[in-house]
Amino acid sequence: MSPSDFLIIPFDDWVNFLVRDWLVPNFRPIFRAMQVPISMVLKGLDDFFAFVPMVVTTLVFALLAFKYAGRGMVIFTILGFAFIDMIGLWPETMTTLSMILTSVLFCTIIGVPVGILAARSDLTWKIARPVLDIMQTIPSFVYLVPIVMLFGVGMAPGIIATIIFALSPIIRLTNLGIRNVRTDLIEASTAFGSTPMQMLFELQLPLAMRTILAGLNQTLMLALSMVVITALIGAGGLGLTVNTGLGRLDVGGATAGGVGIIILAIVLDRITQGLGEQKKVETTSLRQTLISLFKPGAPAPAHAGKAA
Amino acid sequence: MTSKISVKNVFKIFGDKPGHALDMLKSGQSKNDIFEATGQTIGVQNAAFDVKEGQIFVVMGLSGSGKSTLVRMLNGLIRPTSGEILIDGDDIASCSPAKLREIRRQKIAMVFQHFALFPHRTIAENAAYGLKVKGVSSDERRERALLALEQVGLSSWADSLPADLSGGMQQRVGLARALATDPHVLLMDEPFGALDPLIRKEMQEELLVLQRTLKKTIVFITHDLNEALMLGDRIAIMKDGEIVQVGSAQDIVSQPANDYVAAFVADIDRGRVFTAATVAIEPSTLQLADDTAGDAVRTMEEENRSAVYVLDGEDIAGVVTYQQAAAADRDSGTSDVPIADVLITDFPTADRDTQLADLYAPASSGLPIAMTDADNRLIGVIEPEAVFAQLSADPATPDTEPQVEADQRELAPTA
Ligand SMILES: Nc1ncnc2c1ncn2[C@@H]1O[C@H](COP(=O)(O)OP(=O)(O)OP(=O)(O)O)[C@@H](O)[C@H]1O
Ligand SMILES: [Mg+2]
Repeated sequence: MSPSDFLIIPFDDWVNFLVRDWLVPNFRPIFRAMQVPISMVLKGLDDFFAFVPMVVTTLVFALLAFKYAGRGMVIFTILGFAFIDMIGLWPETMTTLSMILTSVLFCTIIGVPVGILAARSDLTWKIARPVLDIMQTIPSFVYLVPIVMLFGVGMAPGIIATIIFALSPIIRLTNLGIRNVRTDLIEASTAFGSTPMQMLFELQLPLAMRTILAGLNQTLMLALSMVVITALIGAGGLGLTVNTGLGRLDVGGATAGGVGIIILAIVLDRITQGLGEQKKVETTSLRQTLISLFKPGAPAPAHAGKAA
Repeated sequence: MTSKISVKNVFKIFGDKPGHALDMLKSGQSKNDIFEATGQTIGVQNAAFDVKEGQIFVVMGLSGSGKSTLVRMLNGLIRPTSGEILIDGDDIASCSPAKLREIRRQKIAMVFQHFALFPHRTIAENAAYGLKVKGVSSDERRERALLALEQVGLSSWADSLPADLSGGMQQRVGLARALATDPHVLLMDEPFGALDPLIRKEMQEELLVLQRTLKKTIVFITHDLNEALMLGDRIAIMKDGEIVQVGSAQDIVSQPANDYVAAFVADIDRGRVFTAATVAIEPSTLQLADDTAGDAVRTMEEENRSAVYVLDGEDIAGVVTYQQAAAADRDSGTSDVPIADVLITDFPTADRDTQLADLYAPASSGLPIAMTDADNRLIGVIEPEAVFAQLSADPATPDTEPQVEADQRELAPTA
């Protein structure tokens, strides 16, 4: 005796009907149109990284690592990228990099304004929060299906899946960063007659920047974690290498792809983390920052400590 | 002098059902009872006062008495539950957000207890913030910000960040930021509360020096009675959201409105509150050329004084004591002794605003103190006993007679 003896709910049929017979025929053009900007950005980045010689790209990343992550990371970047090149995965790595940058770009374009809105209105935040929870907790495989139905297969649908999965932290942390701006500063800004826009750009965004960048870092990491999964629906790059390797039981190929992803992840993570931390010591002059970079043993500049 | 700020029947109740709390308040229930019954907090109740242009109006009260709420209503950071707040006739309580913004940009600036400097901006950018918001060009902005920083003695720090400055310096920047827009009204919410005592004293003195030239209308919040007495042209004392007394420092110390205020002022250093003018009396004088020692003796006997001042024309020539004049008069028999023979030319002086604490030493000489104006003319005489009486007066039974007299004289030229 169980409830199913009395009632059978054809839940799968309902969903099929909703997606197949209503959403897809009615909204297909809209879903197609949504892919256009994504495909354009992706193609641009992909062409760009294919065009720039490997040595130049590596050099640029080494410089970024030097500026934001310290000397150890410079060495790691150079060795890591050289290793990727030598195992023959450089083009795939650049494709993955383009996909990730595209996802993160769109996450930022969508996430920061939504985060700002959520910070300004409790109602928006009340609505946004459960949606974000769902977006982040649903196993990514589950929504690959509707995405394929709505958008088809390929790079752009893969990026859309990535955007949905990785959007949450940047919205959350933009909201958090803005809400955490000290109330007395908000009061001061209001007291001098700021408009809401002036307050946003003069005060809230600059002071929330560290937190927003931390959100960006998390979004980037989530996007990286989607690389292999989106390869299932036709996105290329290192994810495809891993999947192909797994499919053929080619342990070597799958591991090579995996190592490529890990190297890319570490470099991107450390650089974006450094980006956020840079803001913390902004009170230190550039000269002092540089000195402390060259002399790791040198005591931190006096007021860097005070600001922290 | 006209009223710059006029506050009328202002109430502020924090909570979602202010109406009910308002009714209970009107039926005479206390802040605590209302909170227990309704969950509504009384921020400010029935505040009413005027601040004249160029005055420093100090609001003083213990923590939670509603000072911050009151001062924040003056620039609309908190909107009152009911009542009117007029600044130059515009009602802050009911005007549109755009109008309010305009008033904040043009007329009112605020200085905060914890400085509230923008940590990501340099000192000059902080000082220029109000101008930037108003849309002043960047060159003019910097120039005016530097000018304001100069007024507070910090122009050499223009390109530092707030974190590089000490608390006292940060609050000077807070002041410069407020002064840079050249507002008519300055709101200061415990601006020196976070500073240590020496710096605080220094800042108080500096504020008074600045105010001498700036002549802003200032609403100054403090929970320190000494600070209130030192700075305030007028002082309002708050308790549980209510203003229990408004008056000059001397009014409040000499005539506390109730036991609460009396307890507050009980330990106050009266020597710093009262000035020479509050104990001075009308002088009766003699003329150097015309009068004799005998005349001096008669005058002092009539007026029951122990000494009398002698003028040479309009200038003070000196003072004659009863002892010396009487002795000289007796010794000379029938012939008149010229007053110059018994004249003491080394006499103590004070001006109208000299604090009683500073009159303690001169009063100890036993001679009455000459209160003089800017031209060294005699405008009053202070008997040593009056100084000691005022310094030791029990605030519950104040000796108000010279006080009233002094007040009338003080009000006369301005009325
Ligand atoms: N936003 C608010 N919501 C609810 N109650 C408030 C709010 N702001 C102030 N209050 C209450 O109003 C009363 C007056 O507070 P206010 O901050 O004006 O006091 P204050 O005199 O400035 O005290 P302090 O010296 O501690 O700064 C207090 O009982 C406080 O708890
Ligand atoms: Mg307060």
